[in-house]
Amino acid sequence: MLHEKIEKNTALLAVLIVVAISFGGLVQIVPLMFKGAIVEPADGVEPYSAIRLAGRDVYIAEGCYNCHSQQIRPFRSETERYGHYSVAGEFVYDHPFQWGSKRTGPDLARVGGVYSDDWHRLNLTNPRTVLPSSNMPAYPWLAERMVDGATVERRMRALRRLGHPYTDEQLESARDEVRGVTEMDALIAYLQGLGTEWTGQRAAPRAGGDL
Amino acid sequence: MSAFWHWFVVIITLVFIAVMVWLFIATGKARVPSGTNKEGEETTGHVWDEDLTELNNPMPRWWLWLFYGTVIWSLGYLVLYPGLGNFAGTLGWTSSGQYAEEMERATAQFQERFGELSQRPLEELAMHPDALRIGRNIFAHNCSTCHGSDARGAPGYPNLTDGHWIWGGEVDQVWHSVYHGRQAVMPGFGGALSDQEVTRTAVYVQQLAGRQVDSTLAAAGQRHYDMLCAACHGADGTGNPMLGAPDLTRGIFIYGGSMDDLRYTIVNGRQGVMPAQRDLLGEARSRFVTAYVLSLNENSNGSRDD
Repeated sequence: MLHEKIEKNTALLAVLIVVAISFGGLVQIVPLMFKGAIVEPADGVEPYSAIRLAGRDVYIAEGCYNCHSQQIRPFRSETERYGHYSVAGEFVYDHPFQWGSKRTGPDLARVGGVYSDDWHRLNLTNPRTVLPSSNMPAYPWLAERMVDGATVERRMRALRRLGHPYTDEQLESARDEVRGVTEMDALIAYLQGLGTEWTGQRAAPRAGGDL
Repeated sequence: MSAFWHWFVVIITLVFIAVMVWLFIATGKARVPSGTNKEGEETTGHVWDEDLTELNNPMPRWWLWLFYGTVIWSLGYLVLYPGLGNFAGTLGWTSSGQYAEEMERATAQFQERFGELSQRPLEELAMHPDALRIGRNIFAHNCSTCHGSDARGAPGYPNLTDGHWIWGGEVDQVWHSVYHGRQAVMPGFGGALSDQEVTRTAVYVQQLAGRQVDSTLAAAGQRHYDMLCAACHGADGTGNPMLGAPDLTRGIFIYGGSMDDLRYTIVNGRQGVMPAQRDLLGEARSRFVTAYVLSLNENSNGSRDD
C-alpha cells in the first residue's frame, strides 16, 4: 500500500516533505528574485563609497543591528519619528541588509543628517555625555583603530562581482579614500549617509499635519 | 510583476489549495481496511514489533471542519486583498494607501487644531500658551538630544536660555537657525601658528573674556588674533552673527574656555552643525519649536544687549 511505502522509506518521505513545504517559498520568494521594483535601486541610491562601506563593516562587526533596526514601517507613529517609510529599492546595495528585528535603540534607517558628526563622535565615545539616560554601550576603541584600505578594496571587488556597479576608478581610489581614516570616521560617514539618498522621500511630509 | 510570474503565483497557489482539499477528501473517503487487530478493529495493516498496529479511524470532524474553515478564509482573503500575483483585491487595499489615509486624517486634525495658530507671527507664538506647549513637546522629542532637556546645552551645543546667540537672537535669525540649520566654519590654525603662538592667542582670547591673564603673553597673542581671528570674531572680539562667529567677550565658550579647550579649538578649528529642521519637522512644527526657543529667552531679553 502507498501509505506503507512512504512511511517506511525515509528518503522518499523526506523528499515528499520538502516538496510539500516548498510551495509557499516558490510563491513568496522566487518571484521576488526577478521582480524589477526590488532588484532595481530606488532613484538616487548608489553603491556605498569606500569609506561608507568600511563604516558598514564596522556597524556589522560591532553588532549595532542587535539594538538598532533599519526599516521604517508605513505607520504615522514611525514616520513622524524616523522619516519616510523605507522602500525596497533602498536596500539593493545592502549585502546583507541591516533591517534588524529589535529596537533597544532607535531605528537608524534615516539617521543621516539628523545629528552632526561631532554629536556622533561624542555619542559613540560615551553616549552618556550627550544623553544622560542613554543605555547604549560606549565604543571608544573605534577612534583608535584604522581602516585597512586593502581590505576595503577587496570587498568592493567582491561586491562588484555580485553586481554592484562600481567603476574601475572607484576601486582604484578606494585605498586613498580610506587612508588615515579611523573606524570611528568610517562609521560616522556610514551613519550620515543612511536613508538620505533616495530622492522620493522628499515628496511626502515627514510629520502629519504640515502645510 | 510580469505576466509569467503573475500566473506562476496564481496557478501554484490555487492548485495547491485545490490539491490539499482533494487530498483530505480523498484520504477521508478511501478508508479501505487493510487489516484487523486482535479486538477486530480496522487497522492500516502495518505491524511493528510483532503486535503493534495502527487504528484506521477517520479524522475528527471538528479538526476537519477547522481545516475547511481555513481554506474558505484564505480564498476570501485572496479575493478581498492583494495576494494573487498582480490581482489587487476587490477592496483595493495597499499598505501605502492605508498610510496615506492615516496621514490625511492626521493632517486634517492638525490643521483644524493648529493650522491657523501656526501661521501667526513668531513673536505672538512665543507668548501663546498653546503654541509653547506644543513647542516644548517638540523640543523634548527632537532638540533635547543635543541642547539638553532644559535647553541649557552641553559641551559643543549652545545653551538656548542665556540670551547669548552665536547666529543672532532676532526672531528671523532664530527661525533661520531652526528651519534651515547652520554650519559653522572655523578653520584650524595649527598649520599657521606654532605651538607657542597658539598658546599666546588662547591667552589673549581669555583676556577678551575678561579673565586675569599674563598681559605680556596676551599682548603677544593679540598680534596673531588681529591677523587671523579678527576677520570673523571682530577686532574687539564681539563676534559676527552673520558668520556664526561667537562673541568672545562674554566668557561663554560652548567648546570650553580652559587653556586646553581653547588651544584645541584654535589648532583644529570648529565646524559645529545645527541640522536643518525643514525636512525633519516641517514648517508648522518648526514654527512652534522656534517660538518655544524664543520664549526661553524672554527673561534674558534685558541682558541681550549689554
